[in-house]
Amino acid sequence: MTGLQSSRLSLGGGGDFRGLGGLDAGFKLLLELSGVDGSGTVEELFVVGVGSPVITRDSEWVSCRQSQEQEEKAPTICTDTKQTTASPSGSSLPVMDRIATKMSDKFCRYPSTNSSVKDIDVAVAAAREAFRTTWGKNVTGIERGRLLNKLADLMERDAQVLGELECLNNGKPLKIARDFDVGDSVACLRYYAGWADKIVGQSIEIDSKTKFAFTKHDPIGVCAQIIPWNYPINMWAWKVAPALACGCTIVMKPSEFTPLTALKLSELIVEAGFPPGVINTIPSLGSVGGAALSSHKDVDKIAFTGSTVTGRKIMAAAAMSNLKKVSLELGGKSPHLVFESADLDQAANWVALGILYNTGQDCTAGSRVYVQDTIYDKFLQILIGKAKELVIGDGFDEKSGGGPVVSKVQYDKVWSYIESGKQEGAKLALGGVKRSGKGYFVDPTIFTDITPEMKIVKEEIFGPVLSVGKFSTEEEAIRLANDTTYGLGAGLHSSDANQCMRVSNALEAGTVWVNQYNLLYNNVPFGGKKQSGIGRELGSHALEEYTSVKAIQWNFGEKLDWPL
Amino acid sequence: MPQTFTYVFDTPVYKGTSSFSTGIFINGKFQDGSEGGYIDVINPTNGKVITKVSEGTAKDVDVAVEAAQKAFDTVWGLNCPGFERGKLLYKLSELMTAHADEFAALEALDNGKTFGWARKADIEAAIGSIRYYAGWADKIQGNTIETTKDKIAYTTHEPLGVVGQIIPWNFPLMMISWKLGPALAAGNTVILKPSEFTPLTALLMAQLTVEAGFPPGVVNIINGYGTTVGHALSHHMHVEKVAFTGSTLIGRKVLEAASKTNLKDVSLELGGKSPNIIFDDCDIEQAVNWTVHGIFWNHGQACCAGSRIFVHEKIYDDFLHRFTEKTKSLKIGDPFAADSYQGPQVSQQQYDRIMSYIDSGKEAGATVHLGGSRWGNEGYFIEPTIFTETKPDMRIVQEEIFGPVGVVIKFHDDDDVIRQANDTVYGLASAIFTKNIDRALKTSQRLRAGTTWINCANQLHAQIPFGGFKQSGIGRELGEYALQHYTAVKAVHINLGHEI
Repeated sequence: MTGLQSSRLSLGGGGDFRGLGGLDAGFKLLLELSGVDGSGTVEELFVVGVGSPVITRDSEWVSCRQSQEQEEKAPTICTDTKQTTASPSGSSLPVMDRIATKMSDKFCRYPSTNSSVKDIDVAVAAAREAFRTTWGKNVTGIERGRLLNKLADLMERDAQVLGELECLNNGKPLKIARDFDVGDSVACLRYYAGWADKIVGQSIEIDSKTKFAFTKHDPIGVCAQIIPWNYPINMWAWKVAPALACGCTIVMKPSEFTPLTALKLSELIVEAGFPPGVINTIPSLGSVGGAALSSHKDVDKIAFTGSTVTGRKIMAAAAMSNLKKVSLELGGKSPHLVFESADLDQAANWVALGILYNTGQDCTAGSRVYVQDTIYDKFLQILIGKAKELVIGDGFDEKSGGGPVVSKVQYDKVWSYIESGKQEGAKLALGGVKRSGKGYFVDPTIFTDITPEMKIVKEEIFGPVLSVGKFSTEEEAIRLANDTTYGLGAGLHSSDANQCMRVSNALEAGTVWVNQYNLLYNNVPFGGKKQSGIGRELGSHALEEYTSVKAIQWNFGEKLDWPL
Repeated sequence: MPQTFTYVFDTPVYKGTSSFSTGIFINGKFQDGSEGGYIDVINPTNGKVITKVSEGTAKDVDVAVEAAQKAFDTVWGLNCPGFERGKLLYKLSELMTAHADEFAALEALDNGKTFGWARKADIEAAIGSIRYYAGWADKIQGNTIETTKDKIAYTTHEPLGVVGQIIPWNFPLMMISWKLGPALAAGNTVILKPSEFTPLTALLMAQLTVEAGFPPGVVNIINGYGTTVGHALSHHMHVEKVAFTGSTLIGRKVLEAASKTNLKDVSLELGGKSPNIIFDDCDIEQAVNWTVHGIFWNHGQACCAGSRIFVHEKIYDDFLHRFTEKTKSLKIGDPFAADSYQGPQVSQQQYDRIMSYIDSGKEAGATVHLGGSRWGNEGYFIEPTIFTETKPDMRIVQEEIFGPVGVVIKFHDDDDVIRQANDTVYGLASAIFTKNIDRALKTSQRLRAGTTWINCANQLHAQIPFGGFKQSGIGRELGEYALQHYTAVKAVHINLGHEI
């Protein structure tokens, strides 16, 4: 536990969660601390909520609730923006214990409820009520902008706490969580705060003497937002900021693996002064809460970031329920091309960043690298050197540039791909050996001698596993790059400007990075072609995902004769 | 070293101390004018000197242009990303909010407007404008343009460079904010000349730009006269643009100076003689209230003042009666009294000018229906004044008075009022009162003015553009439109294979 201690966090036998800078302040969540010795047995149970933490030695959550009265006071998963209300299904609160940490210890659990559908109904109703009364068209853009700016201020204030929570829950290094994930999220909120009073329609000339028309970009209404575990805070900000700027209300389902920061952010929503019901947070399983939101009749729009498999289900649910609007930001198998004229050292840095940033758990991860044959051997050596330089370790350790993968499920999945790569005949140039000891660590892994039909080349792994292939001509590179069902990101490295333009034009992807990779800006749109998604996040384009255009046609001079 | 101005406000509406340097503000520092002059700042409520501020001259403009150019080339302009500019502007808006009451008190002291109106109108609008443009700073974008497959083309909207901004005395802080907001959001560096009549809030604002963290040279504020500082900015060969708000007379000079020097970009927000049209099917009580606000807000010292009030003959008598009664109820007095609606005019010069217009109206045979005289014994107070029985060629009907003087004119029908309303060299604003929306839209369509208010008057929002048709100006302030006047479009062509 050295890393945790170094970050003022004490999760020892006595279990004092208050060590986590400021986290104790009314954090309405059940926190179950499990065996720090790695035994996985539940030893401590915290209820940090309305009053002081309740500590019990009992291993079952239900057993710490002694009476019906206590049950009614049970903290909830439905974090309304005004207050934490008891879960409608509070009488039986099965526990979700799927949260992983870098130490592969369960440290926390929270009620998932097997009747989350009820919670979703309550949340949707609250969101609808807020949309109808205190948000949506009832509040000016200036006010929405002011609240978003205020929320950004609070996130900035609590950056350390949010960073620590993210590190704890997701495993990514604290410094990256705090400085990049939180920092970018603050900037995202500010960016959309600026848009809130700049959502304009058109006035359209029809006939100056008799008629005119204008458009209004109305908020869509109640929006469900389902976000993944790889960038919990970032994805929250990307979703929440444009929706709120436009005047939508939200039912947010964070990933069941990483719900903590979304809950903490819900507190900040209250503190910022958003009216109750504008943002509702429901940690839940995708098969429960996610399914309920997707098929809900009173949800006007659903925005999802995650796997293509789940994206399809959401779209199908929308099709079969109320034809809610759908935007999807899905998987990728993004190609990264290195041409012979490239600055190889720089290219290797970007390629390493592309596959290893966030331990490869990135929808834009540059997981297929194709290198021109003339420089292949040289580049590969440089790249292997770069990959080796990355320290993957304890997220609370300042030296760590990467942490573990998020969960046991993910760990097993990544290793099954590595095994499949070996079996299908790809050659390991780096990594591929499991660490001993605890934690879901996967070291940088590079495969060469790949063929197009291999699983590691076709499928999204979502881990630090890179496939390196070879090409001889530009046409071949483009063909290889586009040979995928995905179309999220793509990168190319070349010092030939014409080639950069030609290739960026030919690549089938929502983002093409030229002589760089994986950098995102709040004012540049992001999203996928082909099966990587529908719609765009970020930039002014995201506003289109949360507004519906109303055309108002106004007759002020034409008389209608009847019958025609 | 320039003196520090310290003033203790002990008034019914505001108690507090304000303190800031009275120097000219160049390259992040307050300093004396290079020629050592000073300008007396007069309290229009009693005609006494409040303080004196350093007077800048052409030499100071040269120094400021150099500082602004250096800042543009090194730390601002294309060297500072939009989100950083936005952050600084947002920070500035927060500092302004923290000083909001102080700003309002300074405006009341210096300009004579009431503390209450300054606080709820001027200062709120000023803060709102800075905050609004903070949001634009990272949203300035060009287009990519498809031509042939052998070419990629895109546009970038780049800042112009060093811009001169010359503002009037009627809404000092608000005008500063309307000017600084878009200029800084777009990445320009600024040399701003406040009016010599109302330099105080600009000095506090200069201090706040330092606190907010703007790099030295990005914002420079030079108090001085139009004939020296204004002249130097308009003629300067290294000033890329001048934005001017003020009289049409001076606007012409600015445009002429640009034409004779470096063809700098010019935007002008000038005078008006805006029509305020009362149809017989209006909500008469509301129309009266808005009309009073239209002409008497800010003591008539608004370029968009609804100074020509056209009333349908059917309701003329009723309207005039109600309008007169409402106007009589306006309380004139100390800007710091809680119940004052109207304070003094800004200066002796303006007082004399307005009184000469009133005299000219009388001489030309118009009827002084209400007011027409000085109010009180000291300061520059003038009674709210209503003229009737005017003729179209009278100066009080044709010219901008910029005081609490309205003319009420009868009309017969829609065509008649449109003709009369458009019979002016100006085209800044207009107001229409009717419950018939068809009539309102048709009238709006036919009026030659940059703004038409339907069933309201003198409404301004940071998001909505403002500016003039005809001789009321060139360009637009506020909204996204203002950004066009602070950016230059660059088209970039990239040849991908077109060989010659």
